[in-house]
Amino acid sequence: MGLFGRGGRSRRPVEPDADGSGREGSARSPGRGSPPLAAGRLGGTRALAAAGGSPDAPALSVSALSKRFGDRTAFRDVSFEIGYGEVFGFLGPNGAGKTTTVRTLGTLVAPTSGSATIAGVPLAPENGVEIRRRISVMPESPGLYLRLSVVENLECFAELYETPDPTDRIDRVLRAVDLADRADDACGALSKGLRQRVALARALLSDPEILFLDEPTAGLDPAAARDVHELIVALSRSGVTIFLTTHRLEEAERLCDRVAILNTTLRTIGRPAELRDQLFARTLTVRTLAPLGDPGRVFGDLPAVDGWRQDGPAGYVLAISDAAVAAPAVTRALVKAGADVLSISESHHSLEDVYLELVDENETVHGR
Amino acid sequence: MSPSSRRVRAVIRKELRDFRRNRSLTVGMAIVPVLFCVQPLVTVFTLDPAASAPLRHEHVLLYMLGIPALVPSFVAAYSVVGERQQGTLEPVLTTPIRREELLLGKALAALLPSLAVAYTVYGLFLACVELFAAAAVASALIRLPDLLAQLFFTPLLAGWSIWVAILISTRSDDVRVAQQFAVLASLPTIAMTTLVALNVIKASLVAGLVAAVALLLLNRIGWRLASALFDRERLITGTR
Repeated sequence: MGLFGRGGRSRRPVEPDADGSGREGSARSPGRGSPPLAAGRLGGTRALAAAGGSPDAPALSVSALSKRFGDRTAFRDVSFEIGYGEVFGFLGPNGAGKTTTVRTLGTLVAPTSGSATIAGVPLAPENGVEIRRRISVMPESPGLYLRLSVVENLECFAELYETPDPTDRIDRVLRAVDLADRADDACGALSKGLRQRVALARALLSDPEILFLDEPTAGLDPAAARDVHELIVALSRSGVTIFLTTHRLEEAERLCDRVAILNTTLRTIGRPAELRDQLFARTLTVRTLAPLGDPGRVFGDLPAVDGWRQDGPAGYVLAISDAAVAAPAVTRALVKAGADVLSISESHHSLEDVYLELVDENETVHGR
Repeated sequence: MSPSSRRVRAVIRKELRDFRRNRSLTVGMAIVPVLFCVQPLVTVFTLDPAASAPLRHEHVLLYMLGIPALVPSFVAAYSVVGERQQGTLEPVLTTPIRREELLLGKALAALLPSLAVAYTVYGLFLACVELFAAAAVASALIRLPDLLAQLFFTPLLAGWSIWVAILISTRSDDVRVAQQFAVLASLPTIAMTTLVALNVIKASLVAGLVAAVALLLLNRIGWRLASALFDRERLITGTR
């Protein structure tokens, strides 16, 4: 797409999907038409420099971080690392501590215990300004000055970030979020979706190494949300680390290299595909026209089939270890047994299944 | 660590743009001083020239110093808690701006229109006195020491009033409550200037210099104290 006019993505700690499909082939390859967000050239220069300067340092390293407000625990014992250029999804139910975590890493809230290093700078009160120079936070609420125009809002923040050549930078971020023609409109006159775009443009002003996005597509229509997704992909390709807080699980699955699920404590962390495999046994579902005479004999000694159970009068669920080995073997066995096969399908679990499984499990534990 | 003038200027520019487009705020800032002038003007216009002699020993026009003490308190009291209620404070605090810079920008932005209003109203008041009051009354009222006092004490009193209001604003949870407290907090200053104007407290050069130094110090202390009490965490999360 050439959004940034620079080389490919910087190094990431996370390997691409084994089959190279799925996420990488969908959201990461926006190829439909000429997306408006491709108009700008934003840079990501500092992120690239940071990634190149310290080859093994993560963009964000969090260790046993906790925050309490009096008797209430916002989050507890949270640890993870994120590499430069990684898109990291941070999921969890309302009140799980996601926003407080972002505020803590953004130096707005002091942690109760634990440590973190943000863009190479230790999280400490005396380092607040230096950390905020290297990151950018887009809160869930746009928080715009409604009487000021779009460009006046951006001018204010460009000066607060002491951006070099602010006029050029503002022009580029406005083109990047497709708002160049609304630059002189008062923010109060914009729709919720357009305000969200202005907030995103504001977050891009400082050429951040780490960009914290709290529900960036909330309130956006599908086309606008797709544009934001494309911008996130392009930013990560230029080396910007994206910390994405979202309730849209399909968004996280499409965009994120890894996701973490938080519910006061960190429930899990990993690539979406890994999490699915960890939580759910892989199964094949077989449907035949008539019940098999002796299913135990048909499925008994097949390679990569670990067990089976009846699912209805002519249905069978097989626990498998490798679908590529098990499915052909099951098909051959069924044909050999003279069965009329209606379907053989591998079960698919989404990130939403993983999320609900973990959150429900957590609620069950807490409910006891 | 000295404040970044660029970031302070950014806050001032933003605030002034916001003031300009907030008509109710502009009208509110102008109405109070005009009301402040009506009664004294009526008194001056109806004053018998023969009664002007005692005025030469008083500093009646210093009563006008109540304007810079009162006018900025509305705006300054809004500055922090207002942004917090609008949801605009969090994005600002995620930038590299220091709390000292933010508050200095807010204070200067409140000071500039307050000075403009105070000096303009004072100028108009003097013009009215010169044009419409009896000549003896005008010459008794308009004297160089009082003019100088007005010139120098206007920013000092406005600054003090602003820091008190900002201090209230950083600790308040509601704009209206902050503005009410800020106006109340400016009343002692207004009472003081009125007592000087009425010659209850004797004005002198030494007293003026001491008062000026004290106000300078109070302004400095106000900035430091407001910065110290500006708690990002409480302002963002509403806790503590």
